[in-house]
Amino acid sequence: MMTSRKAIVCSLGILFLSSLVFATSNGAWLAKVPARDREKVNPYHDQPDAVAAGRRVFVDHCAQCHGKDAQGTDKRPSLRTARVQQEATEGELHWLLVHGSMGNGMPSWSKLGDPQIWQVITYVRSLGEQEAPPRSEAAK
Amino acid sequence: MASSGIFFFAKNFALAVLFLPAIFLVAPKCALAQERPYFVVYSQDMEEPGNLEIASYNITATPSGGDAFVGSSVELEYGIKTWWTTEFYLDGQATSNQSTIFTGFKWENRVRPLMGEHWINPVLYAEFEDISADKTPREVVGHDGNDDFLVPNGLARLDNQREIELKLILGSNTHGWNISENFIAEKNLQAGPWEFGYALGVSRPLALAASAKECTFCREKFQAGAEMYGGLGDYNSFGTNFTSQYLGPTLNWTAPNGMTFAVSPQFGLNSYSLPFLFRFSVAYEVEQVFSHFRRKL
Repeated sequence: MMTSRKAIVCSLGILFLSSLVFATSNGAWLAKVPARDREKVNPYHDQPDAVAAGRRVFVDHCAQCHGKDAQGTDKRPSLRTARVQQEATEGELHWLLVHGSMGNGMPSWSKLGDPQIWQVITYVRSLGEQEAPPRSEAAK
Repeated sequence: MASSGIFFFAKNFALAVLFLPAIFLVAPKCALAQERPYFVVYSQDMEEPGNLEIASYNITATPSGGDAFVGSSVELEYGIKTWWTTEFYLDGQATSNQSTIFTGFKWENRVRPLMGEHWINPVLYAEFEDISADKTPREVVGHDGNDDFLVPNGLARLDNQREIELKLILGSNTHGWNISENFIAEKNLQAGPWEFGYALGVSRPLALAASAKECTFCREKFQAGAEMYGGLGDYNSFGTNFTSQYLGPTLNWTAPNGMTFAVSPQFGLNSYSLPFLFRFSVAYEVEQVFSHFRRKL
């Protein structure tokens, strides 16, 4: 009797945790962003030099997880989705980079400092939306 | 004596610096680590998950009334999770007119209990060390001081110490500056009271924005700062009486190939301290080290 109760509690726990992980990886972080951060303006918006600089920072720090063209890898999501490219404001992306999503394997990048974070955002936004290739191709 | 000390330092420095480039032969892909220039202070930064940092930390000094020495640690730091980093050290030292010996190992874990970025970010640190005749001090606790470095290697290595060390690390990033404070408690498992110490550090990259073009010596590749650290006595005699205290500037440079070089001249602030220390390190970070092996299979 105890064993089956434990099994039910464990299953519910696992279900709850997986739903949390799914919710967060599915963009639930957007709801956490304070209005003040959401409205932050990217000082490098659309600047060609910032795109080039942001690409260098991206290659050094982000490409190992998100792929060299930001199309994602086996384990980490593409940054060329509609959510990142269109729906999220640049302020929201800045918030995500500063705070990370540590439960999902995304570290805080506050150590880069604001200018480099904005440069990365400028670069990622310059890539535009693209349908993700099959996982195995993205991993290459 | 002075010239033999310089020769001794130069020989060991060359060995330490030449050691790491050998890693290039086996390391497939590096990550630019954006390392803080600290030697003693820990910041809240964790190793990125899956990355392995290989580093050589070195220190050279001549204690008052003693022989010059070079202490060296090889460090392997691995990011298990975004909030959990583990680190393993192998330590050794060479003392002029005495011997070159392996002094032991240390294993530490750092855990970041709060997710996300806060005004002050705490990190909990726990370390076990099994060591004797150590001359690679990565922290100062209790009444550690100049006299500890006068004991000949032959005697000091008979005194095997098994210790645990706990740290509360607090770190903040603001406007490009990193400000970190460490509070240390250490206990010899065989005997002796808890000993305490502290370390404070502040650092900043010389430029916050990245350059649009590849560059080798541009300002963003350098980080400068300062460290201050020392003992705070022990459980029976807490305070700064009869403790050693140090202060010094630090500077690092990240080469385009991903290696980070750091140097720090540090000065003893009282007669209980070593008069002068020179620390230098070389670090190299291998990204996603295990996934590389998997792809090969």
